[in-house]
Amino acid sequence: MKNKRMTLRQKRAITGLLFILPWFIGFLVYYLKSLIHTVQFSLSNVQIAETGGYTTKFIGLENFRFALLEHATFNQILVDSLWSILIDVPFIVFFSLFIAIMLNSKFKGRAMVRAIFFLPILLGSGAVQETLQLATENIQGGAASTVAELATSSGVNVDYFLNIFVEIGLPKQLIEYLTGVIVRIYEIVRASSVQIIIFLAALQSVPASMYEVAKIEGATTYETFWKVTFPMVSPLILTNVVYTIVDSFINSEVVTTAYDIAFTQYNYGLSSAMSLLSTIIVCTILVIVGALITRKTFYYN
Amino acid sequence: MNINEMKLEFRRWNEDTVVINKRLRVLHKLKAFLFSVIKFIILLGISYIILGPIINIIANSFYSATDVYNPSVFLFPFNPTLDNYKLTFVRLDYWKTLGQSMLYIVILTIMQIIITSMAGYGFARFDFPFKRLLFGFVIVTIVLPTHTIMLPLYQHFRNWDVFGIFRAITGSKMNFLSSELPMYLMTLLGSGLRSGLFIYIFRQFFRGLPKEIEEAAFIDGAGMWYTYFRIMMPNAVPSIVTVTVFSMVWQYNDMFYVKLFSMPSKNHITFRLSTVQATIEFVDQVKDPMISQLNVYAGVILVLLPILIIYLILQKYFMEGVERSGIVG
Repeated sequence: MKNKRMTLRQKRAITGLLFILPWFIGFLVYYLKSLIHTVQFSLSNVQIAETGGYTTKFIGLENFRFALLEHATFNQILVDSLWSILIDVPFIVFFSLFIAIMLNSKFKGRAMVRAIFFLPILLGSGAVQETLQLATENIQGGAASTVAELATSSGVNVDYFLNIFVEIGLPKQLIEYLTGVIVRIYEIVRASSVQIIIFLAALQSVPASMYEVAKIEGATTYETFWKVTFPMVSPLILTNVVYTIVDSFINSEVVTTAYDIAFTQYNYGLSSAMSLLSTIIVCTILVIVGALITRKTFYYN
Repeated sequence: MNINEMKLEFRRWNEDTVVINKRLRVLHKLKAFLFSVIKFIILLGISYIILGPIINIIANSFYSATDVYNPSVFLFPFNPTLDNYKLTFVRLDYWKTLGQSMLYIVILTIMQIIITSMAGYGFARFDFPFKRLLFGFVIVTIVLPTHTIMLPLYQHFRNWDVFGIFRAITGSKMNFLSSELPMYLMTLLGSGLRSGLFIYIFRQFFRGLPKEIEEAAFIDGAGMWYTYFRIMMPNAVPSIVTVTVFSMVWQYNDMFYVKLFSMPSKNHITFRLSTVQATIEFVDQVKDPMISQLNVYAGVILVLLPILIIYLILQKYFMEGVERSGIVG
């Protein structure tokens, strides 16, 4: 019995490893292999054989060079996507926190409103969306996107009203900015529905006694928010920032481009290089953002 | 100043404070009222944005064939009918398919919660070598676009084997495609649909809990596993409900893995929904897409309802769970 005199620290380390063991095995079996494949693909020229299967020829960093320097649009798409991610994230996080606080207060019909805010998760992606898209494409010959379908829900001629505003003499830029925001609002609501639910859970795990204390001590609503609510939900602000970044990255054009290159042009090498590049960049952003936010985050210990 | 004047003065002060108090109360009420009006307007507006397309879908699902081509019909059909629902109900084989889907997502969700919460707890509370590196891997699994792991996964489950054992016994490798087995295996090993994200959520939740409760349990002689299952899990009810909701919804709505592993569509109602229009056009000879589309709308409603009801039940449980899990700081 050599291990009989293990220190508590060692014991805890082993228990911790046991806790993550199932995940770790899964990572080794499913992800590591895929990662190695992807790296290998990105460094080589992949040819699909006629008989099925594929052959790879090592070509070094050629794919990366092509993606960054020669591909017509990849550069632009990458920068644009990252830029819009960085702009959207703070807005989405604060918007969802705001809505979550509203949904957490007591009012009539709260359950119904919560259910409504839950709907975009169902409608925004996956099978239901694909089905609706397919249904409209059948009619309009593939030209219609779901967004167009969604926009026709009201029978109001929007252009007419916009023209009125232009004729009144409001600056055109202002109108364009405002309509831009309004057009995107469905996007924003859709993109923040998951965050709203995460924040709701966080808000509900704040002990009610804390608010009682704050009230007795005479704190205003404003103070209560910044001194009680905000620190208590701050661990999940990080979660939400991470989720928002990842979600907008997954839905961004970079990923679609890489997907298209792999599955319509069958250029697996280039596609892997693009995926790797963007994944590395996003991971770096996540690490930096995580480090910045963690310093401001309140943990009990 | 005699005593009577003093009394008078005192009474005036008193009345002043009463008036001021009254005014403050009215002001406070007015403020609260204004706030609730603003809140109502904002929530109503956003609800309308979300509901707009759904109202359209619901309305369309009750249209009869004559309403589709009648230009004066807006939202409210002249001849409302339930035929769309009846037909879609039959073609989806609703109860059976729904039952199968539910079974599938419930099993997966339970696995997800146990495995990912364990991993999240491990990362949140224990120190072990390479912890940062390993957690970095979790982040990589969240970020990595799923299409990059498509091909290797497909090959893996096409020729499934553990160290060549099955090959030695049965002579050939196992083919797990066209069944739900790959998904169960992946989820059991913490690599299921968005497992990385769930690990992250759990880790943050556990980090937000005070250490005292664990230390108290430990001093009282509880083992680490006991502490986890009996002390930490009950305190993590909000996060468990959150992850349950996400896991169920995403699993329910997932097409990527269902298609990748070519699972049978008779077990997945959302997958079946995506082909229901073609089925109806073919089997029932409804050749006009404008009309067969109505069945799709009815199908969307039929598919959305159960998961919405589940969410409503869960979020009710939400509240009660939190009440019980008081943490005394």
